[in-house]
Amino acid sequence: MSHKVIVPIGPYHPLQEEPEFFQLYVEGERVVDIDIIIGYNHRGIEKLAEDKHFDQVPYLVERICGICSSSHPYAYCLAVEDLLGGEANVVPERALYIRTLIDELQRIHSHLLWLGLAGHFIGYNTVWMWAWKYREPVLDCFEMITGNRNNYAMFKVGGVRRDIKDDDIPVLKKAMDDLVPALDLFRGAVMDDPVIQARLKGAGILTKAQAIDWCVVGPTARASGVNIDVRRDEPYGAIDRLNWNVIVEREGDVFAKTIVRILEMYESVNIIRQCLKGLPPGEIDADVREIPAGEGIGRVEAPRGECFHYVRSDGTNRPVRLKVRAPSYMNVASDKVGAVGGTISDATLTLAAVDPCYCCTERVTVLNKTDNKKIMNGWDLIRLSQEKTRKLEESLKNGRL
Amino acid sequence: MNLKLKALTKSIWVFHASVGSCNNCDIEILDCFTPRFDVERFGIQLVGSVRHADAIVVTGAMNRKSVSILKKIYAQAPQPVLVAAVGQCALSRHMFRFSYNCPEPLDKILPVDVYIPGCPPKPEAIIDGIVKLVNKLRSAE
Repeated sequence: MSHKVIVPIGPYHPLQEEPEFFQLYVEGERVVDIDIIIGYNHRGIEKLAEDKHFDQVPYLVERICGICSSSHPYAYCLAVEDLLGGEANVVPERALYIRTLIDELQRIHSHLLWLGLAGHFIGYNTVWMWAWKYREPVLDCFEMITGNRNNYAMFKVGGVRRDIKDDDIPVLKKAMDDLVPALDLFRGAVMDDPVIQARLKGAGILTKAQAIDWCVVGPTARASGVNIDVRRDEPYGAIDRLNWNVIVEREGDVFAKTIVRILEMYESVNIIRQCLKGLPPGEIDADVREIPAGEGIGRVEAPRGECFHYVRSDGTNRPVRLKVRAPSYMNVASDKVGAVGGTISDATLTLAAVDPCYCCTERVTVLNKTDNKKIMNGWDLIRLSQEKTRKLEESLKNGRL
Repeated sequence: MNLKLKALTKSIWVFHASVGSCNNCDIEILDCFTPRFDVERFGIQLVGSVRHADAIVVTGAMNRKSVSILKKIYAQAPQPVLVAAVGQCALSRHMFRFSYNCPEPLDKILPVDVYIPGCPPKPEAIIDGIVKLVNKLRSAE
C-alpha cells in the first residue's frame, strides 16, 4: 500500500535565494506530483510602469530581476523602438554593438552564477566558490563600463547611456582572455568527473515533445533539442553581423542543461571579442522626442530564455500598458514533468536546473483548477464567497430541519 | 554587556530572508561568502534555518504575502536576534512604495538594527554594515 506524503520546500529555505514554495507529493522516495506556489515576490511593476514616463520605465523594469537586469530594459527599449520604426532605424551603430556586448557579458555572469549554485546543490561547494570567483572579473568589467556591478542602467530608448572608452577595450579583451581558461576548467570538471556524470545524467529528463508542449524557452529548451534562440530567429542589436552558434543538446536532463550553459559562455566570449573588434565610432544615442500611439513588442534572449515586453502608447509621454513575459514563467511550470517520477534528492536539482527566477515571474492570475478559467475578477470572487455563505446557510437550515 | 549579546558579536550566523527583492541584494550577500570577500574568515556563516541564526538579513520590498511569513520567521528565531535591512527596498521600499502590493516598510514590522543602503549595496558596504553593527553592540555597555 503506497502512502502519499507531502514534503513542503519553502518559502524560505537554503535551496534558492528567492522565496517560493514547492509542495512535493511523494510516495516513498518517488515524487508523484508537485505544486508550485509563488507570489512572495510580486511587486506590481506592470502597474507602476503606467505611472512613469517612457524614460523612467527602464529604471523600473531593470529592477524586475537583478540577474537579467539588462534583458528587461533591453526588451522594453526594443518595444518602444518598435513603435518608432525598429531598433535598426533608430539606434546608432555604435550603440547596437555596446548593447550586444552588455547583453552577452550579462549572460556570462548569469550562467556562472547558475553553475555555482548547481555545484552547491549537488554538494560540490568548490564549484560554487570557483564559479563565483571567476564571476567577479565579469562584474568588474560591468563596474568599469557602467559604474555599477549589478543594475547597469545602460539602456535608454534610442541608445545607451554610457560609452565604452578606448582605454577600456584592452582591459575587456584581457578579461575575456582570462575567462577562457576558467571556462575550460569548468568544462573539464563537468565532462570528465564520473560522479557529476552519474549524478546529473538522467536526472529530470524533459523530452523534446514535452519541452514543446510546456513551451519552455532558452537553455532549458535547447537542452531538450528544441532549436530556438531569439538572437538568431529575430536578431536585435549587432548580433546578426557576428559569427556565433546556437548550442543545442538532445538529452534534456540536467547534464545537458549544464553543458548548454557552459558552451554558451564560450559563444558569449566569442561575441564580445567580435564586438570589441568591430566597435564602430560615432554617437551612442539618438534624440527621441515623441513616442507615437500604437503597440510595440520587444523580444530579447535573456540568459534564461525569451524575455518579451509589450508596450501600448496613446501618444502621451506614458505607456498605457506594459506587459512583461519573463522566461522563468514557462520554465518553472515544466518542473511539473521534469521533477515528477524522480526521487526527492533529484527534485531539488531538477527544480534548480531550469534556473528559475521568481522575481521575473510573479504575476497576479487566479486559476480555477478544474477548467483553467480565470477568476481574477473581484466581482467573481465576491460572488464565490456569497455562494459559499449561501450553501452554508442551506446546510445549516437542513441540519436544523 | 549582556552575556548573550556579547556572545552574539563573536561569530554571527546569518539567516537570509528575501521578501520580494529583485535578487540583486541576494546575490551580493552571497558574494560576501565567496572567495573575493569571504566573510567566513570572521566566523560569519549562512545558515539554513532561522532557529540557528544570530542575525536575520532582510532584502526586498515586503509584499502582502511575505509579511506574515517574515513575522513567523522572526518569532522562530532565538532571542536576542539582530535584524539587518539590506538594500534600498528593505529600507524604504524604494520605487515600490507606490505599489498596491507593498504596504509597509520593514522597520514598521520588525525592529531593525542596521540599515545598509544601496541598489544593490556592494559587498564591501554589506560587510561594513555588519562591522558597524558589531561595534555598536560592543560599545553599548
